[in-house]
Amino acid sequence: MSNDKVGAVLVVGGGISGMQSSLDLADAGFKVYLIDKLPSIGGVMSQLDKTFPTNDCAMCIMAPKLVGTGRHHNIEVISNTEIESIEGEAGNFNVNLVRRPRRINEEKCTGCGVCGAKCPVEAIDEYNWGLTRRGATFIRYPQSVPLKFMIDKEKCIGCGICQEECKAEAVEYDQEEQKFDLNVGSIVLSPGYSMFDPSLKTEYGYGRYKNVVSSMEFERFLSATGPFAGTVMRPSDGDIPEKVAFLQCVGSRDSQAGSEYCSSVCCMFAMKEAIIAQEHSEGLKSHIFFMDLRAFGKEFDDYYTRAQEEHKIKFTRCRVAEVREVPETNNLIIKYVEDGEVKEEEFNMVVLSTGFRPPENVKEFAETLGIDLNKYDFCSTGVFSPLETSREGVYVSGVFNGPKDIPDTVAQASGAAAKASSIISSERGKMITPKEYPPERDVLGEDPRIGVFICHCGINIGGVVNVPDVVEYAKTLPNVEHAEHNLYTCSEDTQKGIKEKIVEHNLNRVIVASCTPRTHEPLFRSTTKEGGLNPYLFEMANIRDQCSWVHMHDADNATKKAKDLVRMAVAKSRLLEPLYKLELNVFQSGLVIGGGLSGMTAALEMAKQGFEVHLVEREKELGGNLRNIYHVLSEKGEDPQKMLKEIIEKVKNDDKIKLHLETTVKSIEGFMGSFTTELSDDTKIEHGVVIVATGGQEYKPTEYLYREDSRVLTQMDLEGKLAKDEIKPNSVVMIQCVGSRIEERPYCSRICCADAIKNALKIKEKNPDAQIIVLYKDIRSYGFREDYYREAADKGVRFIRYDDENKPEVTKEGDDLVVSINDPILGEHIKIKPEYVVLSAATLPQPDNEELAKMLKIPLSKDKFFLEAHMKLRPVDFATEGVFLCGLAHSPKFIDESISQACGAVSRACTILSDEIMELEPTISEIIDENCDGCAYCIDPCPFNALTLIEYMRNGNVKKTVERNEAACKGCGVCMATCPKRGVMVKGFTLDQISAMIGAALEVV
Amino acid sequence: MEEGAAEGVTQEEEFEPLILAICCNWCSYTGADLAGTSRLQYPHNIRIIRVMCSGMVHPNLVIDALSKGADGVLMCGCHPGDCHYLEGNLKAEKRADALFLMLEDLGIEPERYRLEWVSASEGQRFAELMKDFTDTIKSLGPSPYKMY
Ligand code: FES
Repeated sequence: MSNDKVGAVLVVGGGISGMQSSLDLADAGFKVYLIDKLPSIGGVMSQLDKTFPTNDCAMCIMAPKLVGTGRHHNIEVISNTEIESIEGEAGNFNVNLVRRPRRINEEKCTGCGVCGAKCPVEAIDEYNWGLTRRGATFIRYPQSVPLKFMIDKEKCIGCGICQEECKAEAVEYDQEEQKFDLNVGSIVLSPGYSMFDPSLKTEYGYGRYKNVVSSMEFERFLSATGPFAGTVMRPSDGDIPEKVAFLQCVGSRDSQAGSEYCSSVCCMFAMKEAIIAQEHSEGLKSHIFFMDLRAFGKEFDDYYTRAQEEHKIKFTRCRVAEVREVPETNNLIIKYVEDGEVKEEEFNMVVLSTGFRPPENVKEFAETLGIDLNKYDFCSTGVFSPLETSREGVYVSGVFNGPKDIPDTVAQASGAAAKASSIISSERGKMITPKEYPPERDVLGEDPRIGVFICHCGINIGGVVNVPDVVEYAKTLPNVEHAEHNLYTCSEDTQKGIKEKIVEHNLNRVIVASCTPRTHEPLFRSTTKEGGLNPYLFEMANIRDQCSWVHMHDADNATKKAKDLVRMAVAKSRLLEPLYKLELNVFQSGLVIGGGLSGMTAALEMAKQGFEVHLVEREKELGGNLRNIYHVLSEKGEDPQKMLKEIIEKVKNDDKIKLHLETTVKSIEGFMGSFTTELSDDTKIEHGVVIVATGGQEYKPTEYLYREDSRVLTQMDLEGKLAKDEIKPNSVVMIQCVGSRIEERPYCSRICCADAIKNALKIKEKNPDAQIIVLYKDIRSYGFREDYYREAADKGVRFIRYDDENKPEVTKEGDDLVVSINDPILGEHIKIKPEYVVLSAATLPQPDNEELAKMLKIPLSKDKFFLEAHMKLRPVDFATEGVFLCGLAHSPKFIDESISQACGAVSRACTILSDEIMELEPTISEIIDENCDGCAYCIDPCPFNALTLIEYMRNGNVKKTVERNEAACKGCGVCMATCPKRGVMVKGFTLDQISAMIGAALEVV
Repeated sequence: MEEGAAEGVTQEEEFEPLILAICCNWCSYTGADLAGTSRLQYPHNIRIIRVMCSGMVHPNLVIDALSKGADGVLMCGCHPGDCHYLEGNLKAEKRADALFLMLEDLGIEPERYRLEWVSASEGQRFAELMKDFTDTIKSLGPSPYKMY
């Protein structure tokens, strides 16, 4: 590895994966270049309507990450860009890139959108999968980051209208392709995926029948920003369908289509679409046709149950043979085989759940980067190295290394960030340049002197609102010293102007009346700061989104309303106070609880990042469940026991890792940045973060004669016996879902299907003639594991389905073990006398999770695993800041998934550990001690446990009051709204400030 | 009868209510922005006040607004489960019950206060809500506390 390492990382692909990697890296002190070949970041998630299993709105939960990435001072978003070649090695790469011309100057474009609205061209809108049209001058979607338009050269007719219309003079038709290079220490690949083209499955009629659509298209139908504004309509006639069929595994698990793997997410995706469609159109009925229902993720089976019971969605287990159109009605007839019988059913619309494919041009991409692909052209990785490509210093995350859902992607993205930064951890903080600001003027005690800057936004505001009139009006308002209008208040030159005006008029408050604070407040705050004022002395009025754009045909009222909004902003502005970011000291070390694979991985990674870490394990030995794993399903044939030994060696030899064996945690006090923990041996340690990696355990069955007959084993027992050559079975019956997917434990244990297949193949390897029967409910060998399912079937392993009404029975006849089951295909009751019965037992949460949960003030899920902050986008964070989660403690998962999560938890933790001092937003609550009488009404409602009741001596009396923990408070203001005595205020949104706005709104003008 | 009703409508049309919409930053205000970027037209009678979460709005603020002459107050938060601060919106929902009791004491029609969920992608819904609420308030007529 080169000695001159570079503290910068190149992230390729700006979907949710690339954004998460970038944010983690940037927050941990590394410079990030985020490139995307599209004109804006956001990836596929920006096109989703809702997300399972919470049915959260995709855009709502993604937008903060989108905006955060766009405005992060350590992240440079470079759109329209691809890699041409790479030189160098891990730690120091030189990457040559090429940037397609946008034909609109990014510096000048304000994103106002006049060009797009005026463009006479109608081109296919890829964002809506071709279901709508856009101009040749366009933006991918309204919340695009960067919010810059682009001219589509292919479609542009060169009419010149956009150039004429653009008041910012941003149109540059003659922009050329640009080549440039970047020097980075490591690279994270998250180029995403493409979708299977369903027209290749001609039997389903996609492309021929209008009312057969793909699941991605249907997602846009459901979206409020989609082609039909969220109403589900048939493409053929705009009718609202009554019956919609969803066909699963289109282009997945299909050797004809060349993709034998399972796309992992389509079952959940289809259920979500089916539920949301029913929500959007009353009376709509969804029907899902599937082979195995693969709801293997955390709380996914609950979703499945709700889909059936609450939403009454119909499920039929089959493979659909054919879809045929009824020409008169454009309805569709689905032909399928169920229980050996050919059936037909008519629907108004059919949705094809199309599978994932590798990204387009993946072979060239891999060649350019010098990385290996697997046999399906996804990125090749190993079970114990899920984030590493074949090239050192190049890491991977997201669907590019295998189909996966958003939470798994986000955990991986964080994990890849940890990997990418650990090899350059010595360079932390070296490539980032803090912005310099002039000293802040002390305005305390001054009367407010307000400057109001009102934006025309080209013609976006000025075309409707009489801006000069609003300026004149603003001048009449109390404390307004200066008011002016600008063509674009956000343009470079106006920024300069604002700074000058602050000095010239000795202003101490700034107001901009223009667009939305959601996108522009950070910019103007920074301008205010550059003008020598505290950035929180800034306020905004949104006269574009709330006046000119929504009252386009009513100039008078739009102008009147703009005046009102300015008056309201002035009223609040008068009460603004300078606020200062809070600084928190950070103990730059970590505590990892649990010494299994996840915990050891977390400890090692944290040490690689340069931080000291305490690893606490209650057993005598490290290794956890990995101690019982002897082989894995993998092309590379990794040996788990060898890996385990190596990892333990590394942990023991790392002098940054303090190992505490046969030790438990007695108590944990404190909060993010500064925890104090007491261990069972009375050691006290101080640390800034906690990673919970306490693992899980295999269920010891009470059913099927386990414990009564030594020939009844669990998969883990069997694996051990096979590895040690203790047995060589001739006949085995495996029973799946023992203790899982039952009433008291409704969740799926995720790993048992593949484990059964793995052990079946192992038996076959030793004894090809062995008779193996697997009794299952659904085979959930998702992703590339599907290959092994097929292999097992090819090698003669028999898979027989059972359902809850016909569970298998295990009895004894004389000395024989007897398994009886109904064979649904043969339709008869069969009896088998195997040598061994092997139970795929559930993975259980640790029984003492509750204790630790109380200690750390973190919640458990209803299945008693730990519950993360957000199922979708914060899979390894807890709502309690500074505490993270990984491995089986989160939910059952495979080795590679545990490793990804462990690395992900470290990455998140490093965003806190990276600096001795952490800055926090000042807009949090503040106790007004003289008003607070200690009634404590606010304490319980606080969702972040940030408030405590305390007592202190004041003038010889005991005074009760509330103390706010600044590290925990997020400024939601529930306390403020609960307090009957005005004893607590959220800074920046105090009762007086809100009330002043209300008062101003009600003033008679 | 028909004519009478028609007359009533004309009269009501002359009344332009003043309505406050208090929107949480994360979903509802974003929804309002989307209504803007999508150029959805809605009545001009609404003045939006941005707060961080619907859960931070003290009931007194609402009472204040309504007793000082606002013709209606519409509170918008994230859909249940989407609140950026976990359950601020549910707190707002609970407070709404108490608010209605206070409104009754003041002799203010309960229809003048409404709590609604608007997500960041529901620009359309936001615009429709604004229309609907404005219509409701128009049909109620001016607030009994209106000072002008
Ligand atoms: S953040 Fe929207 S209601 Fe709490």
